[in-house]
Parts: sequence; C-alpha cells; structure tokens
Amino acid sequence: MTRFVFVRLGETAVVLTIMSFLVYALIGLMPGDPIDIMISSDPHLTAADAERLRALYGLDRPIVERYRDWLEAALRGDLGYSRVHARPVLEILLPRLANTGVLMGLSFVLSVVIALPLGIYAAMRPYSRADYAVNLLCFAGISIPVFWLALMLIILFSVMLGWLPAGGMGTIGAESLGDKARFMALPVLTLTLASIGGYTRYMRAAMMETLRQDFIRTARAKGLSRARVVLKHALRNALIPVVTILALSFGTLFSGALITETMFAYPGMGRLIYDAIMGNDFNLALIGLLLATLVTLLANLAADVSYAWLDPRISYRRAGAVP
Amino acid sequence: MTGAVPAMALPTEAAAEPLLEVRDLVKHFPVRGPGLMRGPRAVVHAVNGVDLAIRPGETLALVGESGCGKTTLARAMALLLRPTGGSVRYKGEELTALSPARLRPFRHRIQFMFQDPFGSLDPRMRVSAIIAEPLVIHGLGTRPERRGRVAELLASVGLQPADGSRFPHEFSGGQRQRIALARALAPEPELVIADEPVSALDVSIQSQVLNLMKDLKERLGLSLLFISHDLAVVDFIADRIAVMYLGRIVEIGPRDAVARAPAHPYTRALMRAVPEVAGDRRRRGAQAAGGSAQGEVLGGDVPSPLTPPTGCSFHPRCPFAEDICRETPPPLEPVAAAARGGPPHLAACHFKDELSKLEAGR
Amino acid sequence: MTAAGGQRLPPPRPLSVLLWRRFREHRLAVASAWVLIGLTLLSGFAPVIATATGIDAGEVDLYNRFAGPSFSHALGTDELGRDLFIRLLYGGRVSLFVGFAAALASALIGTAIGLFAGYYGGRLDAFLMRLTDGVIALPLLPLLIVLAAVDLAKLGLPEALIQSEDVSLYRIMVIISVVGWTTVARLVRGATLSVRERDFVLAAVAQGAGGVRIVATHILPNVVSPIIVATTLSVGNVILFESVLSFLGLGIQPPIPSWGNMLSNAQELIWTAPSLAFYSGMLIFVTVIAFNFLGDGLQDALDPRAVRR
Repeated sequence: MTRFVFVRLGETAVVLTIMSFLVYALIGLMPGDPIDIMISSDPHLTAADAERLRALYGLDRPIVERYRDWLEAALRGDLGYSRVHARPVLEILLPRLANTGVLMGLSFVLSVVIALPLGIYAAMRPYSRADYAVNLLCFAGISIPVFWLALMLIILFSVMLGWLPAGGMGTIGAESLGDKARFMALPVLTLTLASIGGYTRYMRAAMMETLRQDFIRTARAKGLSRARVVLKHALRNALIPVVTILALSFGTLFSGALITETMFAYPGMGRLIYDAIMGNDFNLALIGLLLATLVTLLANLAADVSYAWLDPRISYRRAGAVP
Repeated sequence: MTGAVPAMALPTEAAAEPLLEVRDLVKHFPVRGPGLMRGPRAVVHAVNGVDLAIRPGETLALVGESGCGKTTLARAMALLLRPTGGSVRYKGEELTALSPARLRPFRHRIQFMFQDPFGSLDPRMRVSAIIAEPLVIHGLGTRPERRGRVAELLASVGLQPADGSRFPHEFSGGQRQRIALARALAPEPELVIADEPVSALDVSIQSQVLNLMKDLKERLGLSLLFISHDLAVVDFIADRIAVMYLGRIVEIGPRDAVARAPAHPYTRALMRAVPEVAGDRRRRGAQAAGGSAQGEVLGGDVPSPLTPPTGCSFHPRCPFAEDICRETPPPLEPVAAAARGGPPHLAACHFKDELSKLEAGR
Repeated sequence: MTAAGGQRLPPPRPLSVLLWRRFREHRLAVASAWVLIGLTLLSGFAPVIATATGIDAGEVDLYNRFAGPSFSHALGTDELGRDLFIRLLYGGRVSLFVGFAAALASALIGTAIGLFAGYYGGRLDAFLMRLTDGVIALPLLPLLIVLAAVDLAKLGLPEALIQSEDVSLYRIMVIISVVGWTTVARLVRGATLSVRERDFVLAAVAQGAGGVRIVATHILPNVVSPIIVATTLSVGNVILFESVLSFLGLGIQPPIPSWGNMLSNAQELIWTAPSLAFYSGMLIFVTVIAFNFLGDGLQDALDPRAVRR
C-alpha cells in the first residue's frame, strides 16, 4: 500500500510539473506583458528603454528558458510577487485559500448530510413516487447554472425579503460570529444546493447496485431486518464508490466555489484567481492556478487511497495504477 | 519444456503432401492475478506439444472435452494466435515467423468458422456485405463480380438471394451458421477450420448444417478441420479422428479405427459416453455382455491445465493406470493392430496394443 | 426455432422500432425531446419570427424600458426598451448553436481517442487514459478562464480573424472542445473494449484485415449508441460552461446575444428588474435539464442492461 501511495505521489508530481509548464505558457499568452504595463503607467519610457528593460528581465528569451528559471526559483521557495497587491504571492493566497476552504467545507458537509440519507431513502424505495421525486430534484440540481441559482437566491433573500446581505464577508467593524454567519449563509446555501443533486444521484445508484447483489439477499434470507441489512452490510459496500466520487468531485466543487465567490464578492481563492487573470497579475494567477490544481490532484489521490483501503478486494501491490 | 511428448515423424503417404502441418506446437498463456507479480508466473499449458497434419480433401475431426485446448489449437492453426513454440507449415512454407503483411496471402486459403452463430456476424452489416468482406479484404474481383459471387454462395448454402439485404438478427442460428459458411467459402479456400460449428444449434438443425458442410466440402474438394466434443457428429463427418487431452493428442487415426477399436483409455471412455440407439445395442448384444465394458466410467475432473500431472497426463483418472504411467509419459506411436494401408492409427498409451483389441464396449 | 432449411421465420421487428418503444416509456425524456425541438425551432427561426411580428430585436426604445408583458411585447422589454422575448430567441440561437457545435467537436475528439485507446490497448491506451484522467481531475473553470483570456494576437492568428465579430464564438467552441471530450472518450473506450472481444471482430482479423479497417467498419458502427448517449449528455454541460464564461465576460461578447451574457447584463439590474435575470437563466436551466433527461432516456433505451425506470 505504501508503495502505491508513493507511486501515485510521483505521478501527481509529474502531472503538476507538466501543468506548470502549460499554465506558464498560457499565462504568457495573456494580453500584455509586464513591460507593456510599465509603459502604460510611465509615459516617459521610450521604445529603447522598453527594449533594455525586456532584456534586463529576460523577457526576450525563449519560453523554455524562462520557464526553467521560474521553476528553479519556485523550487527554492521564491514564488514571486503579486503585481497588483505588491506583496509576495503566498502571503495573499494562503488566507484566501483558507476562506475558500471554509466555504467548500461547510457546503460539502451540508450537502453530504442531506444527500446521503436522501440517496439511501430513494434506493430503498425504487420506482416509487418518492424515488421519482428525488430523481427529479437531482436532475434539477445538476442542471441548474450556479450563477443563476446565486442570483435567484439573492433576489429572493436580499432583494425581496431583505433578510440576508448580498455580498462580502462581514460588516466592517462588527465582525461577530453571528454577523459572519449572515454573510456566509447565501454563499454556502448556493454551493450546497448546487452540489446536492450530484451526490444524491450517485449515492442512490451506489446503494441500489449494492442492494441488488446476492450477499444482501443472503443476509435477508438469514432473517435480518431491513434496517440492519442496510446499515450493516449494504452501507459499507456502497460507501466505496461514494467516497471515490466525493473526492473526485473536488474539481467541480472548486469551480462552483469560484462562481459563488465571484457572485457574492467573497474573498476566496477562486475569486482571487479570476481577478488575477482579469487584472493581468501574472504571478498571482500562475501560482493560484497551480495551487488549485495541486489541491485537486491531492484530493484525487486521497480518493484512490481510501478506495483501496475500504475495498479489500482491490490489491494495490502491483506497480502501476489500477485501470 | 516439461512433459512435451516427443512425437515420431508422421509417416508420409506416397502422394498426399499435407496441406497444413503443425509440429511440436506449444501455446502457453501466462496467468496474471493480484499479488502474483512477485513470485514465479503461473502458466496455462493450453497446447503442450502437438503434431498434426491435414491432407488435401480430408476431414479431420478433433475431439476432446472443454478445456483440453482444442479451440486454442484450432486458432493457432488458423493463424489467429501466435504459438509460443513449434512450427506451422502450409504446403511446406513456415508461417510462424511471418509478419502480418506476409501472412495475408495465406489467410484467404485458410478460413475459420466460429462456434457462436450469434457473435460471429457483425450485427450492423448486411449479410451480403458480411459474405463479401473476405473478397474485399483480399481484393478479389470487381464489385459486380463480387455481387455475383455472393448470390452464388447464398444459393449454395440454401438461402435466398433476397436474404443478402437482411441483417443477421433476422435469421435463426442455423441460418446464421450457413451465412458464416458462405463467408468462409467466399475466397475459395483450401482449408476450412470449423470450431464446433454446430454445437450451439438445435439437434434437428445440426444435421442440416452438417449435411450441407459435407456436401460442399466434397463438391469443392476442401479440407476440413472439424472441432467438436460431440462424437455422434464426428462419426458422421470425419475421415480421421484426433483425440485431445490436456493439450496433447492422445490418439489419432482413421475414423473407424478410432471409433471401433480405440487404443487409449480416454478415447474408450468418450466412445462409451455416446448414447446408444437400441438397434445398435441389439446387434452387439452378445459381445456387450462380456469384457470389461461396464464400470469404465471415468472418475474425477479434468486436472487444471495450470499443473498437469506427471508422467501420462491421464493417469489420475485412468482405470488401467499402473506405475509406469505415473512416471513416464507415453509417446504417440502406431498401434500394432492397425489396418494396413491408409492413414496410420497412433495412440499415446503404454497399453495401447492391448486396449485396442478389447471390445470398445459397444 | 423450428425453421427447416427452406422456410423463413417472419422477420422480427427492426431494432429501431424496439428502441423507440422503450424510449417512449420514459415520459420525461419524451417531454424533453419535444421541449428541445420547440426551443430549437423557435430560436432557429428567430429572424423569421422577428420579421413576421414586425419586432426588431435591436430596436431601442428608451421610453419603454422595463415594461411588463403586454400584447406588443410578449415578455416585456429590457433596460434599453428592446423586446425581451425576441432577444431571448436570438440568444437561444447562439447558445444552442454553440452547444451543439462544441458538443459535436468534443464527441469527435473523444470518439477518436476512445476508439484507438480501446482497440490498440497497451501503451497507447495507458497513455491516453492517463491523459484523460489528468484532464478530468483538473479544476476546469479556472483553466477555462485562463484559456478564454488568452490574447489571440500572441498566438499568431491573422488580424482579420481577431477583429471579426464572430471570433468570440469560435474561440469558445475551441476552448470547450479542448476539455469536453473526456466523457465521450471514456465511454467509447469502454464500449470498444467489449466490442473488440466479439467473434466477428476476430473473424475480420482472421481475414487479415488491418487495424484501421476493423475500427472503421466493425467497431465504430457498433459503438454508435454510447456515442449518441454521451454526446447528448455532454451538450448540457457544454451549455453550462458557455453560459458561465459568457456571464463572466469571457465567452460570447456583445453585441452577439447569448443567454449567458444577457444574464450578465441583468445582474446589475436585479434590484430594479429581477425578471430579466429570471428568464434568461430559466431558459438555460430548462435546456440543460431537458438534455439531461433526454440523454438519460436514450441511455435506458439503448442499453439492454440498464435499470429500467
């Protein structure tokens, strides 16, 4: 098992490195470069000056060289400065990452708390009216555009009812827990509602698949009550794919968080990345993206490991990953 | 190679040079499994040293239980699998070392029929396209010529010309095997290898398809390698019979010799297992009472091809086994009582000569 | 099965009839199909409807802003007095077109990858699947944003293209295709793996057919069903991505209307005219859910082993 973890960690590192090159190149393709920005803010710079500055900063060198330099610096711990915020990139990113973590974490827990029982309930009454209704809600959940959901919730709760604020993270000067909760209510609600559909559907499918298997019939034939069968036998087996999907949907959850943060002006990492890209803050955008990718890849790794741990049938002793 | 039976060179007949000949053919499949990567790999010895030759115009039947390796052997002979060892020669030319491109011209002379009538035809293709496909692949004939040939083939297997524009699922199992047969005959092959072509069909349909195959084979002068586990079928269609057990040929010879005077205990047991029609039993009534006919039911299961037994691979189930059987694998050699002339009758048993004299219990 | 050699069984119902029957049992899917057909027709004929009713989608009427539904304006007017209904239809034209086109492009890429990975197996398969898993694992939206923010001049594309009005359309179709192929690739690979083992493929191999011929003639026609299902299901996602990007200002740019950028306009107006935001988003929602139901229904109808609803 440890061998497997190491192999996957290695693979993660490789993917991350490839991604870093790709993203570096992409960022380089964004409009303008640092010198252009300098020029636009300082009218006295001549074209000759610009050339010299470019040479000084090495911006006229081929991209592979520039990438190599960046990589060396990054591995040493120097991740660069944010142009817009005039501070080291990590200093800005980490607190925002924490905020996003809170948002994602709260929504995730809430979604799972609702989705799990809902999925199990639906799976135990297949094709009934209740199941049909749940299924409908699930489809609605996965089809709804997150930004529209956010807008509708804002319209309902802020515009029409005036109960909750439409954005931000706290009233300046009065930052109590209750106050924070008010501000976080809508973002969390949005993200939760957006995620429930997918999780419920998956839980239901996993549960139904497990319930259909023969060992369940054996347990029932032994005379165990329905509830015991579900709780003791079915649940553990159904949890396996569920754990996987929960960790694998990290990427989607992050994207959802990005939209939510943008809609509600919530100071999280998703919004930071968006602002950085739109504001041509190259370093910040680059590191932000890579950080997001890294966290997602780690979540996938966690999914694989827990999947192996939960399902004793799968052996990871082989070198190389299970297809 | 453990336990490969050294075979004697097949005595060559005066005029008949073999069409397809395999020598010492071996096919092993490595077995993978979780947790097995560290230790020695397990290997399935599907075909474990086989010598076989098919002559022009003859029908050779290959019989054996499931898992004895006959399908693997057939597929190797049809060039669908690369053998792990040994040689496959077509009219003297060695085929095993050829690249896929160099192998192509041989493919149209050796055709294959599959067991499952429902899987061997592409459900998305019309019957005429299915039958014409070999012609297209080998570049035989122009489009109108192919159309004509397809019509000709449909007629020769007993189907209507209109059937050409239908799809496979519109036909019954027997009809689909006819289509498969038509497809096999399309490029005018010299040898058709048929892997249990009638086993999946209803008994009443089997005889129709068999008659058709026999008829066409005679008309076109084909050689036929016919694989089956059903001895009644084999009795009807074969000129020679080869019996296979656990990856090796244990007996081979002319049909009558093998069927009426089997020299290997396994063959004897197989023959005994054929349900008898009352009339036959009456005719043999007097002799059936005597001899060691009764009580020769085979015990046990076929051993796993992963770990073949030592010595003669049949000894654990053999009612005649002695010590020598456990130690020395018997070579495939001519049976003393064989009739003179015609193809030789060989068996791999230390007691073959005695056994062939025993009444086969019919 | 009692047919003797010369007799013929009555030809069974063609497969398509059986499939249609099964599909019909899925009422939501059928309803969705109708809804989508209706939407497509309405949006497709938007110019015709516009001329027929005499309403110009671009006609600005500042005296008539934020009007409610009336006889002359079915859903009222927007912040510039333009007829909302017609604008929504024009927006639908673009959104649906991009949705179909990008989904089709993704399907082509995904099918090619899935077919070759599934048929040839081995290293090619391992590599392609690693690639696919890699793309699936990424947080898509941030990446799409970066891709959308790319300065086309730096890529060396011709000036005329960059300045053209439709460039945002092409750009978003390319971007979405680049990341949208993964579902189709996975599904097609799975289907290819199972088709590859069937006897008729082996029969073609026995004839000496080359890989390309086998994939094109035998495997592809037999994996069409999963392709259709996967593509239908992916249209919904594509539309969602397009609308998000347009909403963020990175997708389809005005003056070309799309539901996404109409919603973006409406965002600033939620305090004065919430209905604007409601309609455009609602249409996105309805379209996506309809495609999902349709895809689900197709999947049940085409897959003999699927659980029946």
